[in-house]
Amino acid sequence: MSGVEGYMYPNEITLNWSVLIVLYPYITGLVAGAFILASLVRIFNVKAVAPTYRLALLTALSFLLVAPLPLQLHLGHPLRSPEMYFTPHSTSAMAMFGFVYLWYLMAVLVFEIWLDYRSDIVHLSQTTTGWKGRLYRAMTLGSDNLSPRSLAIDHKVGWIVTLVGIPSAFILHGYVGFIFGSLKANPWWNSPLMPVVFLFSAMVSGIAAVLLIYMGISKLRKTSIDMPCVDTIAMYLFYIFILDFSLEMLDLVHRVYEADESFRTLNFMVHTRLYFSQIVLQICIGTLVPIFLLAIVQVKKLPEIVRKRIYVVSGCLVQIGVFAMRWNVVIGGQLFSKSFLGYTTYKVSLVTKEGLLMAIVLTILPLVILWGLVKLLPPWDDEGQASIPAATAAN
Amino acid sequence: MSLSKDAGHLFRFAYLFVIAFAVFLVIRHFVVPKTFGQYGHYRGAAIAEIAARPMHFAGHQKCELCHSDIAEAKKAGKHENVSCEACHGPLANHADDPSIQPTKIDTTVLCIRCHADSAAKPGVFPQIDPVQHSGGVPCETCHQPHNGL
Amino acid sequence: MLPAAAIAWKYVLAGTPEDSPNYTKTDHWWSMLIDIPKCIGCGNCVRACAAENDVPDGHFRTWVERYHVTDYHLANPEVISPDGGKEGFPAVPKSAGGEEGFSAAPEDAGKYFFVPKLCNHCEDSPCTQVCPVGATFVTPDGVVLVDQTYCLGCAYCVQACPYGCRYIHPEKKVADKCTLCYHRITKGLTTACCEACPTGTRQLVDLKDPNDPIHTFLKTHSVQVLKPQMATGAKVFYNELDGSVR
Repeated sequence: MSGVEGYMYPNEITLNWSVLIVLYPYITGLVAGAFILASLVRIFNVKAVAPTYRLALLTALSFLLVAPLPLQLHLGHPLRSPEMYFTPHSTSAMAMFGFVYLWYLMAVLVFEIWLDYRSDIVHLSQTTTGWKGRLYRAMTLGSDNLSPRSLAIDHKVGWIVTLVGIPSAFILHGYVGFIFGSLKANPWWNSPLMPVVFLFSAMVSGIAAVLLIYMGISKLRKTSIDMPCVDTIAMYLFYIFILDFSLEMLDLVHRVYEADESFRTLNFMVHTRLYFSQIVLQICIGTLVPIFLLAIVQVKKLPEIVRKRIYVVSGCLVQIGVFAMRWNVVIGGQLFSKSFLGYTTYKVSLVTKEGLLMAIVLTILPLVILWGLVKLLPPWDDEGQASIPAATAAN
Repeated sequence: MSLSKDAGHLFRFAYLFVIAFAVFLVIRHFVVPKTFGQYGHYRGAAIAEIAARPMHFAGHQKCELCHSDIAEAKKAGKHENVSCEACHGPLANHADDPSIQPTKIDTTVLCIRCHADSAAKPGVFPQIDPVQHSGGVPCETCHQPHNGL
Repeated sequence: MLPAAAIAWKYVLAGTPEDSPNYTKTDHWWSMLIDIPKCIGCGNCVRACAAENDVPDGHFRTWVERYHVTDYHLANPEVISPDGGKEGFPAVPKSAGGEEGFSAAPEDAGKYFFVPKLCNHCEDSPCTQVCPVGATFVTPDGVVLVDQTYCLGCAYCVQACPYGCRYIHPEKKVADKCTLCYHRITKGLTTACCEACPTGTRQLVDLKDPNDPIHTFLKTHSVQVLKPQMATGAKVFYNELDGSVR
């Protein structure tokens, strides 16, 4: 059999979960991470990062809207997916997806964005014409009440929504880690640490993504970057990254020390088929280099231009590293045989439904949606400065 | 009263959820298959559907209804416990309509599959080296396939 | 070797084809016995299953593995399964005039045996646990089946099976696997693989039938299941399964 080394059970030779299943946790990870950054403002009162508050929420929404697409493209019968809503199997973590997704989309993200933007929406509904005006009027739900009391109520309710949103974001992304971590059949995936590692790397990727998008949009709009803001974001990114790296190393050290029956085959796989994606991309380029760069910024006083370059480079390397981590988990888990006697190869197709081209399209699509959302609900006021949340303006 | 005035928009948002949930329940009532949950968390009718799939092997009992003479001959020899279709292949179509003739077996190929010599096979199983033993002559030249003599 | 097969045969002979309406699911608890010392690796079972169930090429509802264990290191068996064992296995040359079962070349030395594998129809099946919609299930008579009109094709069950017995059907795009020939056993016939096996290696067992002679066999022989540490409640029993089998 081509691409097979050693012995694989005959049905294991072709992989069932493709690059799209790698993309899905990467995308929901960005959602969770961006939301956590936004919650820093609302719940933890980190005022410094307020300029990115609205942008983080819109980023989360853009990626969340795209998240079901890789799953639908992967399913053999996507039109049957409503069955997960009508007859969810309570023992299956995957059955939770539909409900957690809907909850997070409507009761957390859309609700919070709506509450924060409501005064803007009402103003825009009164001043805009055409189909856009009609859209704004629909979004007001027929209410134009902008009295101080109603705005105060919005602020309080929004606070509760964000508070509920934090564990919701954890569940939205953590359950994906649980889908892998709960399978006793696959020793590469089976670990109670899996949901936790997924979550922390999600936070790292999401925060870095908002950092990159904020800096990118500011450059495009030729507005100045709020340095205290990005410096604070980079600080949080650094500390969460340390936590994430520690957890991943804990998993690794534990495996090496315990050396159970699966260790030899997994170790061989990491040193051969996963060498580039795990050692080079995920650990060295995707984790150690950005941690090192961000650490320098924390300990040394560097000029603004140098810090900006470091943030951009680190942000990009982080994306590569976190994507590589998802790749190593999903693809790596299918490259070795459950007989522990062999390995297969993943032949990525290019232009099929689950191919590389589709993966690239699905990665770019959220940015296109974000562009549309930014046009519809500008995260900055007319002076061109990033809007701070209505609540802090009212304080 | 002023609460509902100042929080009215929130109630409207909540109503959206209530309406959506109600619509969901109605759709669910019509879409979930009737036999779902009959025996467990699955569509009960699936069991009968799977049980009704067509067969390609008739089963030796069916062969013996017509070919009782061969069945008797088999009982006398070493192939007593080898079922008819193990060698003749799936023949449910022939059992249903005897005018359909089964394909003639090529003994030079068939018998070798089981009886070719290999150190991997259990030692007690009768094995021969096809070249040394018969030199390519069809097995049925000297052996009776049904009673294995 | 032969008497045990004869006992099983008489049981199969005794069963008369019943119509499905007379079949009471709760009267049966299906299982299979695989007698390793009898398997000759002819591949009849793999071919029969493919013919009976229209199994697509390159995918297997059942397959046969050949193990070659050269020393006491049970952790290093050499395993092959060329096209699932469908056309049998390449011969291992015997030593000229040597004892039966021992081969000529040093690298061919050691013990060989064949292990037919299929879905184990687990009592606590992990595949049923993870299905998000209830498309795969355990019937009241102990057979794990897939409702292919309900399956989404998400492949979670394929990932969850420790034995590698499931696959996604390339045309139907749903999960597929051994059904223990449910359409045959509910009519008093045996499975296609058991029907085609010439040596009585594979025998269908009804664990709820007191007259099933395999019950005595299970109590008087050394039987194992695959991967017992997974606690799947696997119901396919192997007689004299070697410690090197994966």
